[in-house]
Amino acid sequence: MDQTALFVVQGLNALALSALLLFIALGLTLVFGIMRIVNFAHGAVYMLGAYVGATAGQATGSFWLAIPAAAVAAALLGWLFERLAFRPLYGREGTAFLLVTFGLALCLTEAIRLTWGADARRLEPPEFLGGVVFVLDEPFPSYRLFLIAAGIVAAGGLWLVLHRTRLGLLIRAVSQNPAMAGALGVDVRLLRGAVFAIGCGLAGAGGVLAVPLITAYVGMGASVVIDAFVVVMIGGMGSFVGTVAGSALVAATQTFGNFYLPEMALGITYALMIVVLLLRPGGLFGEEE
Amino acid sequence: MLAVERLEGGYGTGRVLQGVTFTAPRGAVTAIVGRNGMGKTTTLRAVMGMLPAVTGAVAVGGRAILGLPVHEVARAGVAYVPEGRQIFPKLTVAENLQVGQRVPSRLWPQDRIFALMPNLRERLGNDGRTLSGGEQQMLAIARALVTDPAVLLLDEPSQGLAPLIVQQLAGIVRRLREVDVAVVLVEQNLGLARAVADQMLVMVKGEVVYAASAERFREEEASVRAQWLTP
Repeated sequence: MDQTALFVVQGLNALALSALLLFIALGLTLVFGIMRIVNFAHGAVYMLGAYVGATAGQATGSFWLAIPAAAVAAALLGWLFERLAFRPLYGREGTAFLLVTFGLALCLTEAIRLTWGADARRLEPPEFLGGVVFVLDEPFPSYRLFLIAAGIVAAGGLWLVLHRTRLGLLIRAVSQNPAMAGALGVDVRLLRGAVFAIGCGLAGAGGVLAVPLITAYVGMGASVVIDAFVVVMIGGMGSFVGTVAGSALVAATQTFGNFYLPEMALGITYALMIVVLLLRPGGLFGEEE
Repeated sequence: MLAVERLEGGYGTGRVLQGVTFTAPRGAVTAIVGRNGMGKTTTLRAVMGMLPAVTGAVAVGGRAILGLPVHEVARAGVAYVPEGRQIFPKLTVAENLQVGQRVPSRLWPQDRIFALMPNLRERLGNDGRTLSGGEQQMLAIARALVTDPAVLLLDEPSQGLAPLIVQQLAGIVRRLREVDVAVVLVEQNLGLARAVADQMLVMVKGEVVYAASAERFREEEASVRAQWLTP
């Protein structure tokens, strides 16, 4: 295979993986930015999105209905969870939130196992996304190109919401100084609930988008959420730009590492994280404490 | 009008406020002075709904607001300019002004703000963190005014500012009387308080021990200082 074509194809694979990571990492960083909570349950919410999406897709026969179904179900769960589990904890230290999100991750994983069983669920993409396109004469799955486009739409859409809408302005204000935002009339608790729901909705959408590649299976959230944590650690917790950059870097090291140095791919990713954190403890675009 | 009655409480179990009572009429500046740690800032925070356990009564224009969440106190017409400005560092000046504006300001459209604080016009697109201390203070006041408040709580606005800027600040606070807002100014800088106030209150150990018009305060200043304001 031509080396240039090989490099371009691997680059596109990295972008497709980066797009999937973005869906999860953007939610994580958004929630951390405004609530200073590291949400351990994010991987389980991603998994919920995958199962709900696969089920909705099979029931309706429509891949396009599966995406909003997954996102809405995940967002609703996030909204409910913020109201029931987080609200009594505001004002407590971060450990309480760590434990409660960890608890949610365990409960949700078991609930999914009880509801859907241990078998993996499949979801086929629409026919026109099921084939391949040729990139420099090399075949490349259309669905992965679609994932890249979906990642761009999600990141671009979230950027527009954050920077061009009143909701986004309030999210940025609350992430910088919640007490002052409250004193200016912003209902901080309502906003936190909305942000948690948006973050979970993004994870849910990411989950269903991953199903045509890897199927929906119990445990799918655990590995991906670790990658997403690495993304936000490298990019900087709470930083939108950092998350986009971190997703691209992690996806690139994993994809090219798997191809050129498969035994060391995982090591390279973590080595990258260690180097970044040694040089910039707050991450590439994060706040320096 | 802001009416505060028998306000008691503080942070956690500590009772910083021991029955604070005063009224702040609209169209006037009420200055609260006192030595450090006497409960001045705590009083403002209690009015704003930022303290967990406070008893007593607080009313704005006859509406009871004690016990409401902070954002509802703000929506009831109380604006707060806290100690240290607390502007949003990574929002532009324009965005800082928009945070509290659920609807465009009736009383403080941008032109009126800029007439009072011309510097802000030039800095509209700059991040809050790039502003000087004086500009940040002006922004914090402007950000409160654009919510069209009935009551404006100013906590130590002169802190850390050069004398020339404090003079500008005094001019701005005096102009606020014209818009029928009840200004409550907590200040260590007695000079500024004296220069702008219509009513002077002195707080000692969580209580208002002295309340008088600005004129009477000027007459009695020497004895008030000796009795309550000298460390």
